[in-house]
Amino acid sequence: MTATAPPRQAPEAGPGSSKTAAGRRLRPRAIERLRQIGLPYLLLLPALIAELLIHIVPMFFGIVISFKNLTLFFIRNWSKAPWAGFDNYRAAIKIHEPIGQALLHSFWVTLAYTVLSVALSWLLGTAAAILMQDSFRGRAIMRAIFLVPYALPAYAALITWTFMFQQDTGLVNHVLHDQLHVTSNKPFWLIGDNSFWAMVIVSVWKSWPFAFLALMAGLQNIPRELYEAAAMDGAGVWQQIRKITMPSLRPVNQVLVLVLFLWTFNDFNTPYVMFGQSAPHQADLISIHIYQSSFITWNFGSGSAMSVLLLLFLLLVTAVYLLFTSRKRGDADA
Amino acid sequence: MRTSSTSSRLLAATALVAALGLTATACGGGSDSSGDKSDPASLKGQTITYWASNQGTSLDNDKQVLTPELNKFTQQTGIKVKLEVIGWADLLNRILAATTSGQGPDVLNIGNTWSASLQATGALMPWDASAFTAIGGKDRFAPAAIAAAGAAGKDPAAVPLYSMAYGLYYNKKMFSDAGIANPPKTWSELVDDAKKLTTGGHYGLAVEGSNGSENIHHAFVLAKQRGSDWFDASGKATFDTPANVAAVKQYVDFIAADKVAAKGDAEYSQNQTITDFATGKAAMMMWQSAATSIKAHGMSPDQYGVVPVPTQTAGATGDAGVTSMVAGINLAVFQNTKHKAAAEALVKFMTSTPEQKILNGTYGSLPPVKEAQSDPAFQTPDLKVLASVLSSSAAPLPQVPNESQFETLVGTAIKDLFADAAAGKPVTDDSVKAALTKAQQQMPAS
Repeated sequence: MTATAPPRQAPEAGPGSSKTAAGRRLRPRAIERLRQIGLPYLLLLPALIAELLIHIVPMFFGIVISFKNLTLFFIRNWSKAPWAGFDNYRAAIKIHEPIGQALLHSFWVTLAYTVLSVALSWLLGTAAAILMQDSFRGRAIMRAIFLVPYALPAYAALITWTFMFQQDTGLVNHVLHDQLHVTSNKPFWLIGDNSFWAMVIVSVWKSWPFAFLALMAGLQNIPRELYEAAAMDGAGVWQQIRKITMPSLRPVNQVLVLVLFLWTFNDFNTPYVMFGQSAPHQADLISIHIYQSSFITWNFGSGSAMSVLLLLFLLLVTAVYLLFTSRKRGDADA
Repeated sequence: MRTSSTSSRLLAATALVAALGLTATACGGGSDSSGDKSDPASLKGQTITYWASNQGTSLDNDKQVLTPELNKFTQQTGIKVKLEVIGWADLLNRILAATTSGQGPDVLNIGNTWSASLQATGALMPWDASAFTAIGGKDRFAPAAIAAAGAAGKDPAAVPLYSMAYGLYYNKKMFSDAGIANPPKTWSELVDDAKKLTTGGHYGLAVEGSNGSENIHHAFVLAKQRGSDWFDASGKATFDTPANVAAVKQYVDFIAADKVAAKGDAEYSQNQTITDFATGKAAMMMWQSAATSIKAHGMSPDQYGVVPVPTQTAGATGDAGVTSMVAGINLAVFQNTKHKAAAEALVKFMTSTPEQKILNGTYGSLPPVKEAQSDPAFQTPDLKVLASVLSSSAAPLPQVPNESQFETLVGTAIKDLFADAAAGKPVTDDSVKAALTKAQQQMPAS
């Protein structure tokens, strides 16, 4: 059909075209058009393939596995693993039975850890960013020092913290107990109740520089005149922060808090390096819990079901958060 | 002009896609043209991959120990070996990934307690009678070591390579200073002695409280001495039987009730126990084949003695007389290997009597090959004790597919109980039972 396109509709007439007109005429116009329209898609193809291979396909298989009874007996050929229906999900959400109970406990621990870590990181980041806003001698050095925890390789930093938290020989107890005499005996940080707090401390130390960095960038966009005008009108520092800085930082905060929440909720490195493969009950974060449920006990079906539930929860949180913050922003704009 | 630039862009994009496609194919793993032929001459020039576990003081040290031996193998057979030493923290995950993908090494070391679990996956080549004949026969190996190479009644999933056993290590000077003439034979003697030795910042005993595997090994022996197992005949978990509760409580009580081990031990997971023993902070420890590590910490062999781990009553025999698990490393052939004959040749070499003497001699372990055991290197006082433990009073950990779950769940439960003890919370029969019941309920049904 396209091959019968009338020759006079052939595109591109220019100098010398009459000589090659015969050849041009044969080139179907639709193919030419397809080529032009198709090019952007062709250029997108590598990204699409990469996205498929790296994200979509593994996610798809993860979801499929969550409906399978994939234990060590089938890992060599997991397509042969029997279908489990919703059994893995049922086991995970039955909160009165051991597996569900353990998962729920882990969920609450993770939620508390995330809320505390994000809140403290944000608070520290904001305070530091505001303090660093005005130029003073040594500001650049201070900024650089503040960013060190963010720049350090996670493993090296975490293992150092683990040494510092050791009960007998650690620096933390040396300072608290031996030097300052704050505690009557040397507390344990890596086992028992304090393990949760040790983990929060490390997490805040690790993530506040990111909050600082993001907020510092956000502060650059606030015009100085606003502060000057407010000062002229008699606004104090607190009023300036409340009425100018905070509202101006809203878009940055919206993304920052969400990203910190997602990162912290999924944090694997911190508990894994600090506690090894079996975290203390009090610090049993969900990422480690799922890792144990799949890689240590070789029950990938159950682990995948828990991962899917985690994904659904985080999607829900993200959706509600974005809806809520966007609406508030819309209200504020209006 | 526009057409030509469009064409070149198109060409570039196509090339990019093609390149990506090629990369993806490359990731899919190469194929191997060299077939599996058992004719020794045809094995020449083949290259096999060997994953070794960390037996020496570091991964590099292992490389230094193994490379000259593997070079000998290459000289003898013409088979090249690509060696990779993998730390214990990663080894099982690497094996798991290899099992799932089918792309793995040809020969690999496994912890012998993993034998039944890995056997259940089908990832390892079963060692049937003819395979054993090719390496000199099953009879060459100590029966206890073979028993820890797979589930009973099945062809072993691996071949014993290094054997180890637990012994009670004691500091001779600290004992004589405290007026204790002989090392303890029963647990009550051990606690009595340890109480005498616990003074002025020194402790009678050191335990590795946060190391799940160590916890399991001791709980296993203490339960066995009470005639109790962790799984019934059908492979079902029986963690919270009264005897198992008593066994775990006895172990945790070293910190909780007897107070003969430092509270800080509850946190140990990096072999700090050996450091404490070698530096005189603790007078006793129960450890497996620790000579090399103790020496590395500066304590000479004449400063300590080794005896079998105590029993409930003196001179107990049978299950009551079990003083150690059968510890050790097995050598396996990956089922998916494309060089089966070459892989078997390496196993034959590594389990040959001369190599067994060299390797076990270097690592301070015991050769599971009986013929090699008479070598003078293994006639030191400590190794003689451990060899006798291995041959007469050691039992393999449960050889069931769910062994790794058992290690994780019960190991963690004991770690948490130690944490309670260290924090001064009471550790009672009820709290131990509750912890073990919870662990048992999380076990898969099979």
